[in-house]
Amino acid sequence: MLTVQDLTVRFPSRFGDFTAIKGVSLSVAPGEIHGLVGESGAGKSTIGAAVIGLLQSPGYVAEGSMTLQDTDLRTLSTDQAHKMRGKRISMIFQDPQTSLNPLMTVQDQLVETIQAHEDISKTQARKRAIDLLEEIGIKNAETRIRAYPHQFSGGMRQRVVIALALCTDPDLIIADEPTTALDVAVQSQVLGLIRRLADTRQIGFLLITHDIGVIAQIADRVTVLRHGIVMETGKTAQVLGKPKNPYTVDLMKAVPPLDRRLDRFLVPGEDRKSDTDRDQAKGDKAEKWLLAGQKDPATGLAINDLSVRFVGERTSLWRKPKPFIALNNVSLDVRPGTIMGLVGESGSGKSTLAKAITGLVKPALGTIRLQDLDLPHGRDRGRHHPSRRLIQMVFQDPFSSLNARHRIGYILGEPLLHYGFEPDAKLRRNLVADMLELVGLTPDAIDKYPHQFSGGQRQRIAVARTLLARPKFLICDEPTSALDVSIQAQILNLLKDLQATFGLTILFISHNLAVVRQMADDVTVLRYGKVVETGKVEDVFERPRAEYTKELLALTPVTPSDW
Amino acid sequence: MLAFIKRREPFWLFVHSPSAMIAAFLTALIILGALFAPLIAPSNPYDLSSFSLMDGLLPPVWQDGGRSAFLLGTDDQGRDMISSILYGARLSLVIGLTAMVIATVLGVGLGLAAGYFGGRFDAVIMRIADVQLALPAILTALLIDGIARGILPTEIQQNMRVTVLTLAIALSLWVNFARTARASTFVEKNKEYVEAAIIMGQHPLRIMLIQILPNIVGPLLVIMTVDLASAILLEATLSFLGIGLPADSPSLGTLIRIGMQFLLSGEWWILWIPTVFLIVLVVAINVLGDFLRDIFNPGLR
Repeated sequence: MLTVQDLTVRFPSRFGDFTAIKGVSLSVAPGEIHGLVGESGAGKSTIGAAVIGLLQSPGYVAEGSMTLQDTDLRTLSTDQAHKMRGKRISMIFQDPQTSLNPLMTVQDQLVETIQAHEDISKTQARKRAIDLLEEIGIKNAETRIRAYPHQFSGGMRQRVVIALALCTDPDLIIADEPTTALDVAVQSQVLGLIRRLADTRQIGFLLITHDIGVIAQIADRVTVLRHGIVMETGKTAQVLGKPKNPYTVDLMKAVPPLDRRLDRFLVPGEDRKSDTDRDQAKGDKAEKWLLAGQKDPATGLAINDLSVRFVGERTSLWRKPKPFIALNNVSLDVRPGTIMGLVGESGSGKSTLAKAITGLVKPALGTIRLQDLDLPHGRDRGRHHPSRRLIQMVFQDPFSSLNARHRIGYILGEPLLHYGFEPDAKLRRNLVADMLELVGLTPDAIDKYPHQFSGGQRQRIAVARTLLARPKFLICDEPTSALDVSIQAQILNLLKDLQATFGLTILFISHNLAVVRQMADDVTVLRYGKVVETGKVEDVFERPRAEYTKELLALTPVTPSDW
Repeated sequence: MLAFIKRREPFWLFVHSPSAMIAAFLTALIILGALFAPLIAPSNPYDLSSFSLMDGLLPPVWQDGGRSAFLLGTDDQGRDMISSILYGARLSLVIGLTAMVIATVLGVGLGLAAGYFGGRFDAVIMRIADVQLALPAILTALLIDGIARGILPTEIQQNMRVTVLTLAIALSLWVNFARTARASTFVEKNKEYVEAAIIMGQHPLRIMLIQILPNIVGPLLVIMTVDLASAILLEATLSFLGIGLPADSPSLGTLIRIGMQFLLSGEWWILWIPTVFLIVLVVAINVLGDFLRDIFNPGLR
């Protein structure tokens, strides 16, 4: 149905054209889900935009042909293209928060779209809209249709977006990361819906995603992209199960499996030999310096009956607002020298727990103890409390966790100066340079600014900063969720190495069960601020006791191991 | 020729923007002229003995009766217009710049602290700012000027005129800085690099000045240029109303006030030349401010 031949997309610039897509060919048959997978910058979304005719200026289609059945998509006039969009090709965007107009009811948005493409009365359009909402699984569609987008939950909102894409009965739907912003349970429902629509309505889907698990779960065929070039294409089971292209092979190795634990990820370009070399030669001074600070035994963390409440929404002018309970009697024991994984969906209180431990949030009840050290809550913990150094944190977003206005040397020198380890500027600089090598960067990074690094490199810098405080306890809050899989594998390897060398105790927070399986010794599952299950990682993953854990494990998209 | 300049960097944008270049050229010209006024001005307008009433009311050189010694003519006292304007611009710029700097330090300091600490401190500061904002700038300046006149003895008053004027202008401009600094600080303080600094136990003062301030300097720079123009205008307004600088040490506003008397009597140059000069200066600074705003708006880069 959709056939793309030798598509080349260029972005002209003052220094010659930048070719974003080079000679890409792919096809989507009716009722087929074609997965388009690749890391950030691979050109996945650019292909989708080119097909639907919404390439961002100044990008243009330089070569190749795109046909939808008998229509040539390249020769359409602006007007024709406008009519074709929505009518024959629709789009589902990543973020359901922003792809619906917050000021219009769902009914208005659906009716408007239907009437734009078909000459039918408002009542007929409305009836059709209600049928559609029922078909995609919204209960009480008759009344719910009059609601505004914010009155739906995230998953329901994404269903409405799908209904919007569906309401003109298109032949092809381009879904650009449709489930990336959703929790696993909701993701699996939305994916199920997409599969069902492909089967029953014979709609072709071009499914753009970075998540190989999603592709493995629902795509019929898959195309692997890198730097705008097709690496491999074919049936999903064949491409992902028996990859031929070396890039696909590496990519599959970097995907963390859910059902077993790997000692290390095999990362392209980082073979093990050079890695051990690095440990011996480079970063030697930094390693010695760190080990000198780790003389005392590893430190554990014990949390007892911790509750955190936030001020809730005010429902009446006279009554006190009901508190929102973010954490409810949470107890947690991180054994010295081990990694505790903390998993849960968004809103389960994972990050609140991290903030309570670091003193950014003040709990209402409970105690936190770092080995023999009692940690006062919130602001009661003074600036000079010893835990300020012993507990350090690696943040989720490597783009905002480093101050954009300071050089790397300054950022990394801060802990050394602040904790009084190294008052001498020259020695401090040497140590920082060595530490950069220890985390796998070149020492010339010291005079650069954060924006000159990629996300993965920045996360390495963030790890280096925490190490320079000589911490005993590290909190990693979703340290890899903003990164591509191959980069994620590198960062996870680095964290494992550092943990083993320096005997750190780590609280590893993630919504990604597979990643936690690779990293953690123990795991705790949180839901609505309560501990659902806790135990050794093998026990929880292989013999989950709680219903919720079983559900989470079953819904996580994985690549089947028998391919 | 300019290949060494990185694309899309501020300087690249600057040399590719004719309006910014012209504005910068004019501003630089006026600032240099004011700075070196004692060297380039034909006469000293403060030295009463250097001019004579005989030279009074001479038109500019291109008009009948103009003399080449007074290129832009003279006022009723026989003062050379060029010299008056250069010396006047000198005073205007000094007052404007000083007032702007005082307003920046005061406003950014309070705004940063209000944004960082939040809560009651923030509420108090911002309510004061709201009250300040409800009073027109001129009224604030008049108030301070009135108080100064009331408490200071007459001899000191004459010497304190510039100081009082500067303070009055600064106090009516600080709110802009405080509001912008506070809003930007609110955004920045929730970013993870600030959280990292708090976890580390850094001093709040250090977090504000070393971590947050460099990240909010962009919008503040824009306000600084725009408010410099406002400060100069405000000074001119106050002097025009007669509560600014006296006629024997005229600023641009004072010159315009003197010129008003001759508006309908045919001696147009006494009013128009300083007025046009003031307009050019203020517009040029504003264009520069707009250009800076474009630079700091990432959407346009």
